[in-house]
Amino acid sequence: MSLSIRNLKKSYVEPGGRRLQILNVDSFDIADAEQVALIGSSGGGKTTLLNVIAGVTTADSGQVVIDGTDVTKLPEAGRDRFRALRIGYVFQTFNLLPAFTALENVLLGMSFGGRKADRPHARELLKRVGLEHRLNHRPTKLSVGEQQRVAVARALANRPSLLLADEPTANVDTANQDNILKLIREACTENGVSLMLVTHSTDVASQFDRIEKLSDFNRPEAAE
Amino acid sequence: MNLLAIAFKSLKQRALSSSLTALSVALGIMLVVSVLVIKSVVDDTFTQRSVGVSLLVGPRGSDLGNVLSAVYRIGKPSENLPWRVLTEDLPDRTMRLAGVKDPSDIIEWAIPMTMGDVTEEGTFPVVGTTPKYFKVEYASGQKFRKKGELPVNPFDAMIGSRVARENGWDVGSQFSLIHGGADGHVHDEKFTITGVLAPTGTANDGTVFVNIEGFFLISGHEKPPEEAIQRLKDFGFEVSAAQEAAIREATSGHDHAAHDDHGHEGHDHGHAHHGIPDDLKEVSFILVRTKTSLASIMLAAEINEGMRAQAVNPIQVISKLMKLFVGNTQKLLLFLTGLIVVVAGIGIFVSIYNSMSDRKREIAIMRALGASRVTVFSIILGESLLLCVGGGTLGLLMGHGLVVIAAPLVESQAGIIVNPWSFDAMELVLFPILIGMATLVGFLPGLTAYRTDVADALSD
Repeated sequence: MSLSIRNLKKSYVEPGGRRLQILNVDSFDIADAEQVALIGSSGGGKTTLLNVIAGVTTADSGQVVIDGTDVTKLPEAGRDRFRALRIGYVFQTFNLLPAFTALENVLLGMSFGGRKADRPHARELLKRVGLEHRLNHRPTKLSVGEQQRVAVARALANRPSLLLADEPTANVDTANQDNILKLIREACTENGVSLMLVTHSTDVASQFDRIEKLSDFNRPEAAE
Repeated sequence: MNLLAIAFKSLKQRALSSSLTALSVALGIMLVVSVLVIKSVVDDTFTQRSVGVSLLVGPRGSDLGNVLSAVYRIGKPSENLPWRVLTEDLPDRTMRLAGVKDPSDIIEWAIPMTMGDVTEEGTFPVVGTTPKYFKVEYASGQKFRKKGELPVNPFDAMIGSRVARENGWDVGSQFSLIHGGADGHVHDEKFTITGVLAPTGTANDGTVFVNIEGFFLISGHEKPPEEAIQRLKDFGFEVSAAQEAAIREATSGHDHAAHDDHGHEGHDHGHAHHGIPDDLKEVSFILVRTKTSLASIMLAAEINEGMRAQAVNPIQVISKLMKLFVGNTQKLLLFLTGLIVVVAGIGIFVSIYNSMSDRKREIAIMRALGASRVTVFSIILGESLLLCVGGGTLGLLMGHGLVVIAAPLVESQAGIIVNPWSFDAMELVLFPILIGMATLVGFLPGLTAYRTDVADALSD
C-alpha cells in the first residue's frame, strides 16, 4: 500500500476561538502505482488533506502511512526530509522559483533531499516533458503550460513513491489541460508512482479509473 | 545545488538592490582600507621603520625637540656639542661601560650632524655630515640610492629628491646658505651638488646635505676661541694651556675675511688644509647605531648621567608622541569608518528584511519541496554572508586599487612614499568581522524564513 490513512483528524481554531474541524477521515488508501482523482467542493479540505499527507501541516490525530512510514510520527525535520525524498508535489499555481532556470528548478527539488544533484536525470525529466530546448529559461520566459511541465518534472526529480497534485490543470487552457494531465499520468505510470490528483473538474476526474469524492470519506464534526 | 549557490541565485534575482547593498559595504571597507594604509604610512614615517638610529646624542633639553630637529628636520637644535663628545667622550664612555678596548665592539657607527642653516632658495634645512651618512641604513633595512657622487670634498653637497624637484637642482648645480644665527645673512660660500638622493619617504627628501668639513669652513660657523675653551670646560673636558694656545693660534691664523675676499669659484675646495682645529668644531647631534638594543639603553643611561649631552632613543620618543596624538586620531578615523561599515550592515539588514514579505511564498515553496526550516534560515544567512563578504572583498580591492592609483600622485605631490601593495594585518580581521556582521544582520530575516508557515504562505 502506497498511502494509508486512518482516523485522521485536523481542525483549526478560528479567530473567534471556535474550533473548526476540516478533516475527519476514518480510512483512506491508495495502492502502489494507483492513480486517484479526488474531487470535492471548494473549502472542503482537499488542500488541507494534501498538506497533512505531505507533512506540511500536522494532523491533530490519526495516521498517515506512506510506504510503511507513519508521517505523523516523524519530527518536523524528518517530515521535511521524507517529503523531499518520497513525495512529489505539483501545485495549482506551479510555484516555480523565479530566480532559477527550468533545469535549476528541477535540481533544487533534488538538493533539498540531501542527495547530490543528478543533472543528467534532471535533463532527462525535462526532455520527458518536452522541454529539452528550454532548460536554461527562467519561469518568466516560459508559457503557462511549459511552467506546469517544469513543475511536473520537479515533482518527479527524487523518484517519489507518491505524487500529490493540487488542481494542476486549473490554471492552464483546455489544450494544455489534457497535455498536462496526460503527462502526469504517463510519468507516474512509467515510474510506478502512486498519484493523488485533486480537481474540481469532472472532465479531469472522468479520465481516472478511481474517482473519490472527499465528502464520501471525510466527515468533519460540527463546530464546537 | 548547494545553499550558497541558491542564496546567490536569490540575490541575482534582486540584482539592483543586491548590488547597491554590496556596494555600500564595499565603500565602507574601501574607506577602512584607506585609513589602514594611511595609518601604515604614518607609522612608517614616524616610527622605527623611518629611523635607522639607536641613539640620538644631542644637547640637553627636550627629547622631542632633539628628535624633531635631528630626524624630522623640524626646528633648530637648542645648542651644539663640542666635537670632543664625538671623538673622546662617546668612545671613552662606551669602553668604560662595556669593558671593551675598542668602541666599535659596541657601536656600529656614530655620525655627526651639524644643523642650523637653510638654503637661500627654498629654505630647505642644511645638514653638515660625513659621507658615511649615505652609506648606512637610513631606516631599518633601507639604504640610500643616489644619482651622482658622495659629497667627499668640503664644498660638495648631496640633496634630497624633493629639494631637487622643487628647486630644479641637479648634479653640478650650486647654491648658497642662509646663516641660521640671529642675523640670517647669506653666506658667501657656494656648495656644488655632487649627488641627488632617490626618494625615501623621510625627511631626508627635503634636506640638503653638505660635507661637514665645508660646513665648518663657512665663515661665522667657528666659535670664538674663548667661548670654545669655556664650552669645553663646561662639558668637563680638560683643556691644557698648550691646547688653549693652539686654539687661539688657529683662529688668529684663519682670517675668514681675507679668505672670503678671494671667493671660492674656480679653485680647489680642498679646505681641509685650512686646518680648523677639532676644539673649534661643534656638532648639533651625533647619530649612533649600537650593535645591540641593550647597549643602546646602557649607553643612553651613561651619557645622560655623566655629560651635558643627552641621549635618547628616537623611536621611543616618536612612539610616545604617536600614541598621544596621532594614535588617537587614527583610532577615531578607524572608529568612524567602522561606523560606516555598521551602517552598511544595517543597509543589508533592511534590504533582506524588507524582501522577506515578498519572498514568503518562495520560502514556502522551498519548504514544500522538502527544505527544512534550518535550510531556509541558512539560505537567508547565506545571502547576508554573500553581500557582506562579497562587498568586503570588492571594498578591499577598491581600497588597494585606490592606493595603487594614488601612490604615485602622493609621492610626486607630497614626497610621501606609499607602498601600494602594503597590507595591514588588521585587514585580516576585517573578514571575521564581516562574517560576524553578516550573521548578525541575517539572523532576524533568517528567523522570519525559519518561522514561515508553509500552508498559510502557499494558500495566500
